Amino acid sequence: MELHALRAHQLRELLDKGEISSVELTKSLLARIEAVDPAIGAYLSVREKEALQEAEAADRRIREGRDVGPLTGIPVSVKDNISVDGSPTTCASKMLEHYISPYDATVVARLKAQGAPILGKLNLDEFAMGSSTETSALKLTRNPWDLERVPGGSSGGPAAAVAADTAVLALGSDTGGSIRQPAAFCGIVGLKPTYGRVSRYGLVAFASSLDQIGPMTKDVRDAALLLAAIAGHDPLDSTSIPGEVPDFAAELDKGVDGLVIGLPKEFFGEGIAPEVKDAVLAAVRVLEGLGAKVQEVSLPHARYALAAYHMIAPAEASSNLGRFDGVRFGHRAKEAEDVVTLFEKTRQEGFGLEVKRRIMLGTFALSAGYYDQYYLKALKVRTLIRQDFEKAFQQCDVLATPTAPTVAFRIGEKWENPLEMYQSDLLTAPANLAGIPAISIPCGLNGEGLPIGLQLLGPALGEGLLLRVAAAYEGATGGVESRPKPRLEVE
Amino acid sequence: MYEVIIGLEVHVELSTDSKIWCGCSTDFGAEANTQVCPVCLGLPGTLPVLNEKALEYAVKAGLALGCEIAHFTKFDRKNYFYPDLPKAYQISQYDLPLCRNGAVEFEVNGETRRVRIARVHLEEEAGKTVHSGDNIMGSEYSLVDYNRGGIPLIEIVTEPDIRSPEEARLFMEKLRTILLYTGVSDCKMQEGSLRCDANISLRPFGEAKLGERTEVKNLNSFRALQRALEYEVRRQSALLDAGEPVERDTRHWNEQQGVTISMRSKEDAQDYRYFPDPDLVPVTLTAEQIETWRSELPELPDQKAARFMEQFGLPKYDAQVLTASKEVAAFFEATVERFGEPKTVSNWVMGEILRLIKEMEIDIEQEPIPISPEGLAELLALVSKGTISNNVGKEVLETMFKTGKSAAEIVKEQGLEQISDTGELEALVDQVIAENPGPVEDVKSGKEKAIGFLVGQVMKASRGKANPQRVNEILRQRLLGS
Ligand SMILES: [Zn+2]
Repeated sequence: MELHALRAHQLRELLDKGEISSVELTKSLLARIEAVDPAIGAYLSVREKEALQEAEAADRRIREGRDVGPLTGIPVSVKDNISVDGSPTTCASKMLEHYISPYDATVVARLKAQGAPILGKLNLDEFAMGSSTETSALKLTRNPWDLERVPGGSSGGPAAAVAADTAVLALGSDTGGSIRQPAAFCGIVGLKPTYGRVSRYGLVAFASSLDQIGPMTKDVRDAALLLAAIAGHDPLDSTSIPGEVPDFAAELDKGVDGLVIGLPKEFFGEGIAPEVKDAVLAAVRVLEGLGAKVQEVSLPHARYALAAYHMIAPAEASSNLGRFDGVRFGHRAKEAEDVVTLFEKTRQEGFGLEVKRRIMLGTFALSAGYYDQYYLKALKVRTLIRQDFEKAFQQCDVLATPTAPTVAFRIGEKWENPLEMYQSDLLTAPANLAGIPAISIPCGLNGEGLPIGLQLLGPALGEGLLLRVAAAYEGATGGVESRPKPRLEVE
Repeated sequence: MYEVIIGLEVHVELSTDSKIWCGCSTDFGAEANTQVCPVCLGLPGTLPVLNEKALEYAVKAGLALGCEIAHFTKFDRKNYFYPDLPKAYQISQYDLPLCRNGAVEFEVNGETRRVRIARVHLEEEAGKTVHSGDNIMGSEYSLVDYNRGGIPLIEIVTEPDIRSPEEARLFMEKLRTILLYTGVSDCKMQEGSLRCDANISLRPFGEAKLGERTEVKNLNSFRALQRALEYEVRRQSALLDAGEPVERDTRHWNEQQGVTISMRSKEDAQDYRYFPDPDLVPVTLTAEQIETWRSELPELPDQKAARFMEQFGLPKYDAQVLTASKEVAAFFEATVERFGEPKTVSNWVMGEILRLIKEMEIDIEQEPIPISPEGLAELLALVSKGTISNNVGKEVLETMFKTGKSAAEIVKEQGLEQISDTGELEALVDQVIAENPGPVEDVKSGKEKAIGFLVGQVMKASRGKANPQRVNEILRQRLLGS
């Protein structure tokens, strides 16, 4: 098997035994990118030179047995809204097309400290606003399972790269489902950690109270490894949670015997494709077979989650995106006659349609006279949803739901209808509003051979539990080896 | 004649070593854009982390102004576009300010006035823009310096309790004194670390309803504050006299022309779309923490003045003048410690020392008073023992200020010792009597006033060194036999 197709924990063994080098591995991935990415379009930039240098340094560390961590020498690719010192951080926007970040995000700094080369930056919906990566102003990313379909979004680049073996490990960001939905569409594992589990420092903010960086990987064990590498309190992020990070990998083999899995009835209702519902219920039965108890629960306010999400997220975005004014960095309109025109033209030219739409929505929601009616009400709904989850977790350990209502849709299919596109977040946004962790893992293909995702949700700081249930399911279904892989015509 | 209603919004930069959300230095006067980092430049992905020292200073300011301190407070974003505001929002506090319900008392024409403080909140400073023209819209280019951006700032908002432009100035002077005592700010108006905007309206005396108000900005000195408000009183009075309405607007004080100019009307009022900053967690303060900070506050001007009256028996006026500057108060107290006689020391400090400081344009907040309390105590001892006269003492003090020499040195070098030796004085008196037969006759014939002239002549002959009291005694003995 080619090196680029292996998982991180397998590569770890090979690296430690000296059977491969990080440079070889990195070159294998670079070659794979060159061969496959033109068809997929996952990468916005590749750090070929820097990644190879970082790989060389990692090889020295491994040879000398100095500070070798779980990810030393294993390349990681990151979504292009996460800052890497000296590299472009475009957010897939014309606004930042030529912007080079002068500092590392905390997650990147932690990976570099462990000796993980940073391979490149991956495509996304512009400023992470979208569910298909189609709002990227810089590139179209295709789903490796069907090049006519979207990879999901907004972390479509990371999902497609992991699925196409052009990345071993990837970091995405999730505001309303942006890690989990593309993970489901591309047949990989995607974990959104508890809000505050992972530092947001260096992640270009979309909606600050919802955003979280998380791992996007080929299997559950890799997700545990990558999460462990990036999690933990960061003095640069006031909202990051203090305290020790548990040993996630130690949770993986504990099984599900005796655990109670809740099925929130509101997540299996209208709008969910029958093939998706069937696959998820089949996956739940597998867990039942492993000794888990299954119980129906109710999250009565979940039906308001999407409305609240689409009030809170744009409101925060409208403020977060104010700094793109052409004065200090990024795109600057030419021939503006005064400062107001400079602001207006810069933003008119630099932002795409969806970003503008959300800025407008958010500005409206925060405006005098509308604040109480919209923003404040949405915050109240958010509290109710959080309480719903708290009650549910008194009855059960984890919740199981579909990740997305459907499988990957066709490119252009929902472009004209934003409301339909927003439905993609229906099942994932509640976890962001409640700040709880959630994971999406592959649970089979539909009739057309497209992946379906199972979403597991846990209580705050319950990542270990989620990984444990996910690993049990993955193990019982034969693991990654037995899962079909996308067939790329270029191969 | 109208009743004048004024409320102030005062901005005070806190003198922490580093900025409020990042570790950048707050030093004034550095080369443009050298005290910046990704955080205070608002680069994509950066996040603020609260500088605990800024919180402490803001609470201490609030305590010094007699405010209640909130146990739970939060930060909000004030959204607007301007090149000096890197994030396009200012992190400020909206509905839950750190401090509320304080008051400042000060004297106006011997009467105590009390101005209530509605709130004190903590926020961040913006950068500084320099325009090639008059303002940003009329300029070919503007330059921005972000060194100042992110310096911690408190905004102090008064209730509309101020009743005249003079009161506004006196309030500001007292506020500045209090803040300087606490040490949370250097309050330099010329460097902009203390600034204020004023809201002013007029109404007929006896009218309960407030008149329409205008907001006056760019008040960069106490003088500008008073002058601008005096101008507004005249302008608004003239409008009201003519039966015309006062338009609610924001006005810019033009120091050169001595007028306020309308910048924007009420219709242009911005909607700042305040909402809680999701990047910062709410701040909770325990009663214990607040009390610790309270206990760390120094004695404040009013407390010190009361103590000076009580402990030293000073008149209220003296106590207030001495405590208006913590440096002067400390100098006074240290001198009394060495010399005693508080009222004598107070007279010298309030009279000679403050006069010399003013004449020599010494900024005692920045540089030490040129003489030490020990030096003044030594001088006063020389006066008190009669070694030099009171008037010579004043001259010696001036020389001390200018040369840094001690009183004893100066007296010795210039031979200023008072002549108290009876033999020497008698010789001088005899000489004067001999030279002034007319006045001598006057004295003898009962015009005692003429004795003053003769004393003056003796003093002149002694080049000021004769002890005037002794001279007087000897003259009386000689001429009147008493
Ligand atoms: Zn800074």
